[in-house]
Amino acid sequence: MELLMSIVIGIIFSVSIYLFMSKNLLRVAVATLLLSHGVHLLLVTMSGLQRGASPILSFDAEAYTDPLPHALVLTAIVISFAVTALLLVMSYRTYKVHKTDDLEDLRGSADE
Amino acid sequence: MNNIIILPVIIPFIIGAILILLYKRHSMQRVISGITMFVLLALSVFLAIYVYQHGTIVLEVGDWKAPFGIVIVADLFSTLMLLLSTLVGTVCLFFAFQTVSQDREKQFFYPLYLFLMIGVNGSFLTGDLFNLFVFFEVMLISSYGLIVHGGTGYQLRESFKYVIINIFASALFIVGIAWVYSITGTMNMAHMAQRVSELDQTGALNIVAIIFFIVFACKGALFPLYFWLPRSYYGPPAAIAALFGGLLTKVGIYAIIRTFTLIFNHDVSFTHKGLIVTIAGFTMLLGVLGAVSQFDFKRILSYHIISQVGYMVMGLGIFTPLAVAGAIYYIAHHMIVKTALFLFAGATQKITGTTDLKKMGGLLGTHPWLAWLFFITAISLAGIPPLSGFFSKFPIILAGFEEQQYVISAVALLVGLLTLFSMMKIFSYAFWGKQKHTEEQAKIPVGKLLLPILPLVALTIILGFAAEPIFTYSMEVAEEIMNPTNYIESVLKE
Amino acid sequence: MMKKPNNMMLQTLARLIILVVLSFSIYLMLAGHNSPGGGFIGGLMTASAILILYLSFGLNPIKKVIRFDYIKIIGIGLLLPGITGLVSIFFGFSYLKQFFGYFHIPLIGEVELTTALPFDLGVYFVVLASALTIILTIAEDDK
Repeated sequence: MELLMSIVIGIIFSVSIYLFMSKNLLRVAVATLLLSHGVHLLLVTMSGLQRGASPILSFDAEAYTDPLPHALVLTAIVISFAVTALLLVMSYRTYKVHKTDDLEDLRGSADE
Repeated sequence: MNNIIILPVIIPFIIGAILILLYKRHSMQRVISGITMFVLLALSVFLAIYVYQHGTIVLEVGDWKAPFGIVIVADLFSTLMLLLSTLVGTVCLFFAFQTVSQDREKQFFYPLYLFLMIGVNGSFLTGDLFNLFVFFEVMLISSYGLIVHGGTGYQLRESFKYVIINIFASALFIVGIAWVYSITGTMNMAHMAQRVSELDQTGALNIVAIIFFIVFACKGALFPLYFWLPRSYYGPPAAIAALFGGLLTKVGIYAIIRTFTLIFNHDVSFTHKGLIVTIAGFTMLLGVLGAVSQFDFKRILSYHIISQVGYMVMGLGIFTPLAVAGAIYYIAHHMIVKTALFLFAGATQKITGTTDLKKMGGLLGTHPWLAWLFFITAISLAGIPPLSGFFSKFPIILAGFEEQQYVISAVALLVGLLTLFSMMKIFSYAFWGKQKHTEEQAKIPVGKLLLPILPLVALTIILGFAAEPIFTYSMEVAEEIMNPTNYIESVLKE
Repeated sequence: MMKKPNNMMLQTLARLIILVVLSFSIYLMLAGHNSPGGGFIGGLMTASAILILYLSFGLNPIKKVIRFDYIKIIGIGLLLPGITGLVSIFFGFSYLKQFFGYFHIPLIGEVELTTALPFDLGVYFVVLASALTIILTIAEDDK
């Protein structure tokens, strides 16, 4: 299972890096979204995909899962939610002000 | 009593929430945020003294015991950084009162400012790696808000790059966290340090160390990840540029120093003396060459941030107590001086309406105070004795020669020379020469603007003349962070 | 050419859907202490319920009905967790120490009340209000 997840994460990473390279504002924003999904999956996978009862609440199960990665990934998801919202609003404003979504036109000149 | 060390995070949080409730009343916001920054400054002075006298304070948040819960740790290094960050924050806020326009104040300027302080203070105080990530994000999200604040076309265009590079670095941060968790099984930095020393830092752990280095290098603007800095710091108003120039990159440097003295300190010849020193050399050299090639007040200063971040990392890379003490002294000196210089750039911009050096001139005649105060700070930055710049560069370069790191020390000396050259370029273009601004502009008073900067200029002089006691203090800080057993024991209570 | 789109289907169904979504979101918010749920998804779900309102009935009619200032709700939501954490300081414990107890409330019966609840309520408010603010800002900007 971990192997499969690793391959999936690899694919997500490569797609997101590909999107990062594109010249479209929105595609770059989507790339950050995909990248955050990739790292969240990685965070869950790296600590081992365990099956078992939730700890602390009960004491009679055979196996327990490690609660920490879940807490961490939840926090990371919330943070990436905030960042994505901000980035989308920002790209929208950039598009409105500059009237283009081509990053080539948004390079800016060397002296200004 | 231990709860006091969470207050630098909690006070701005609660006040920031109150400021959001009062978002229509600007003068009220000003008063409240001003008082809050003073309270924070007083608190951090108290904490610095208290920790110096009584040793490290540890708070287990929510009473969850050490390796399982989140810990907040105040040792000498973090309280020193806390003191500097609140000082810079207070000064920039009072500068912002006079320069930030009404329009911008309406757009949640003060709440964002306080949330930025939460992130910065929290990053210095936390003892948990994931918590460090969270505070980094708090800081970064508020910095995204502040850097596009006002929303001019230039700001939006350049900030987009700043945001993207930081999001990418944050994603790498989580990758690093995931790997280090799978190897050591803990998030507590002290516990992690213990586990890493048991595991012997090779192979996978070295890769994790380099991942973390890349992440923090991105935030701290090290070679080759500094390209976003000069352009994005050019856009926002002077008060914010000064705050960012003084604070944000230093949080990255703090994280590098913390992780590479506490956790990844077992393979010094590879990570410190190999990787970090090389990167530091390139950072210093390319940063200062960028500064030399520019003809814009703010841009020159932005490139100088890069070259000076190189000095701090070089101090860490040489990794003797003397060099690390020099790096800490350098951080203190740099935060004070760089903030002051950015604020001077803001004051000059208010007079001349431009930051292009070729369109300035003769400010010495019309605004002598501004000119001479700038001169003091500029030569302090370049490292002329007896100001603080000299006493911070000297131990780093001395330690470099002692450790037979001749190349990097020579580079550091050359960079000092080029720094002097580019600061003098600013002085001779902007302040000497024929007066290029109009007579009305010459009558613009800047006395009130200079008032918040005065304490910083005074501090650079004091740091220079009282170098002996302050250097002793940085030596103590350096010895404490070079010898992490104290930190580990006070967190894990063994 | 249609002068005014016919929203009858959407509007009728929206009334039904919103009831379900809102009550489920509040259940999620309250369940968050020991089981799946919590302020974050509860808030997002309430926000989506209110968004259905805006979508089906239009911005301005709903604005006349829902007169909350979302920005102030964000402020209140941020204050709640901060103050909840401070309570434990005043009793001499570490910051953010949690307390819980079982109380008997008339009509409902035995319930477990925790200090995590006001914390979650704060998160709920922040997420709800900020999600709505973001979307409404963009929606209004489009005119």
